Amino acid sequence: MRLYVDSTKCSGCNACRVACSLNLFGETNPKKAALVIEPQFPAPGIYNVKVCTQCGDCAAVCPTEAIKQDAQGAYYVVYEECIMCGACEPVCPEGVMFVRPNLVENTAWKCNLCGDCVAVCGTGALWIAEKEAATA
Amino acid sequence: MNGYGGSILRVNLTKGEVTKEPTPADVARDFIGGRGFGIYFLFKEVPKGADPLGPKNKLIISSGPISGMLVPGGGKCDWTTKAPLTGGYASASMGGHFTAEMRYAGLDSIILEGISPKPVYLFIDDNKIELRDASDLWGKGTFAVEKQFKEKLGEEFQVAVIGPGGENLVPYACINHDYGRQAGRGGVGAVMGSKKVKAIVVHGAKSIPVADKDAYRKAGMALYKACKDAEGFKDWTRYGTTIVVSWCDEVGALPTRNFSAGSFEGGKNIYGPVMREKIVITDKACFGCPSPCGKYSRNKKYNSFVEGPEYETIGMMGSNLGIDDIEAVAQANLLCDELGVDSISTGNVIGWAMECYEKGIFTKADTDGLDLKFGNVEATFALIEKIARREGFGALLAEGVKRAAQKVGKGSEKFAIHVKGMEQSAYATHNATAMLLAYMTCDVGAHHNRAWAITYDLQVGRDKVVPEKVARVIWLQNFRPMFDVLGGCRLQWVELGIDRDLYVPALEAITGIHRTWEDLDKVGERIWNLTRLYWARENEGFGRAWDMPSPRFYEEAPTSGATKGQITKLEDVNKLLDMYYEQRGWTSDGLPKPETIEALGLKAVIG
Repeated sequence: MRLYVDSTKCSGCNACRVACSLNLFGETNPKKAALVIEPQFPAPGIYNVKVCTQCGDCAAVCPTEAIKQDAQGAYYVVYEECIMCGACEPVCPEGVMFVRPNLVENTAWKCNLCGDCVAVCGTGALWIAEKEAATA
Repeated sequence: MNGYGGSILRVNLTKGEVTKEPTPADVARDFIGGRGFGIYFLFKEVPKGADPLGPKNKLIISSGPISGMLVPGGGKCDWTTKAPLTGGYASASMGGHFTAEMRYAGLDSIILEGISPKPVYLFIDDNKIELRDASDLWGKGTFAVEKQFKEKLGEEFQVAVIGPGGENLVPYACINHDYGRQAGRGGVGAVMGSKKVKAIVVHGAKSIPVADKDAYRKAGMALYKACKDAEGFKDWTRYGTTIVVSWCDEVGALPTRNFSAGSFEGGKNIYGPVMREKIVITDKACFGCPSPCGKYSRNKKYNSFVEGPEYETIGMMGSNLGIDDIEAVAQANLLCDELGVDSISTGNVIGWAMECYEKGIFTKADTDGLDLKFGNVEATFALIEKIARREGFGALLAEGVKRAAQKVGKGSEKFAIHVKGMEQSAYATHNATAMLLAYMTCDVGAHHNRAWAITYDLQVGRDKVVPEKVARVIWLQNFRPMFDVLGGCRLQWVELGIDRDLYVPALEAITGIHRTWEDLDKVGERIWNLTRLYWARENEGFGRAWDMPSPRFYEEAPTSGATKGQITKLEDVNKLLDMYYEQRGWTSDGLPKPETIEALGLKAVIG
């Protein structure tokens, strides 16, 4: 399973990012979310959204094997095992692997496929499906 | 303090100093946030008789406890000041992402004080807060400036900026944000301009503390679910506020040719579905909103992009000017945003000027050669520019409709459509007595959003003048602005009809204070009365006469449309006020009685 996005449906509200930070860290702080929304205004007037495809590239390079895979296929960071080496961040093809010591001191973070972003999205821009199924 | 950023930022522009102080817990308890903070600080700190555009006035920018939280629509920011347009209270509500970002920077309010000797912008990046030179930005349009900041600082910086309208102190200048959201009414943009502040840019990466994390998450999720499950969710989200254009046209509430009628023969060309089909490309939401009313448009006819137009602008720049071309309306909207003038007041004052022209009060000799007939799109565009720059004929219109009509005279005062000097927004109220009363008694002047009572008029009989109707207006006035106090949007409740009790556990989990809606309505009533006392403090002889509507609604029945031949009787206007004052606990001249002030705990505040 993985998270999918149709950027053309995104309205840029950021509810997904609030829900995400709440799930990952128990905090209300979209800067600590695992999705990225890039508004492109005034032209062409769209939001470009980046989400984790659960490709596992981050896990492959992690020297401490702190990024593990769960039963539904989601890679998640075991915070206690992360050494903040930063190896995972540059290999992420979507730019949604985060190592930001100024925001979170002791761990990297990424999408763990909790689904809270989907629950709060009002426009149907986000959904979770099998890795092969690309359409809603 | 749970549920709060924790700090009030004071910006002394005269000295060029910024200081932070803790958000006072007692004010948070009694006034909660947003416009509650706004009127509290305005009443306490701005001395009686202050010139709205002078150094003693302050611009108070406030978020609230649901801003930036997991609560639908927590994207509203309140801008309170002494209004240059009316000389009374102004509180303009701005959507977008600014209020959330303020909170992530730890700020509940930003208070701009004094006057800077040169153009500046306020830079906030978490704890790094500075006034920086803005000489090179002065004179520029709002979109160019926002774009410049976003490119320089990054997309996560939120920008609030004035245009030439604010710089030129047009008393209905607005503040622009997020390429199309405004703090629109009352002239907050002129106050920012008077202080020589071109923009405020803010970025924050702090977390907002809450009292009960689990309960907060649960309550927040329940609110989102309720929105998405609501029956009207789909249509509302597709059309936003433009969904009501057709309805208003049908019931005679769509302002047409300077409010001379409430139905427009070209109305069908500016209905929501026409706009959606023709120009809308993206839904554009304020922070945290699952049901975005913002419609972002690509206007091929004018080769431009604009957020909107939304209902108010369609009414004021469309039917009210006799313009039945949605692309022209969208372009007029863009010009207002870019130049930084409120599209409601601007449409209203241009409508008045067009009526003057058609009646022969103005000729081309007065209008810089513009053929100001209703429906003239090019003249409308030209006038928006002239108003924002106070050029030629625009300088007169830049005074606002009340002052312009006083200057011109010749009977034009009778069709200057305003209350307390604020141009009436886009509901024609010839025969809608609750909505008329809502405009008459609104705390900033003729604005619709405190009590959108027009559906109630249709429900109970539009010309009925009964105590229940007045009670409904009062309830709406106490309750609806509470969303501006909480720092959120009312439309999830208004348009999607979600149960307002769903907010109660969310607010409690965030702030740790249990408040029922009964408690919140009481806070709303306290704030409403304090704003009334502010008007009275600032205006000699303030009272009943100030609440009178334009004579158009009790003297001149429309000659066409759904309200043809219909009018509100003057005696009913007075009856409405009598009932309203009595139910409010005010004197027959409309001033809060001592026992009302006492009961609301306002004695200590007003001193």
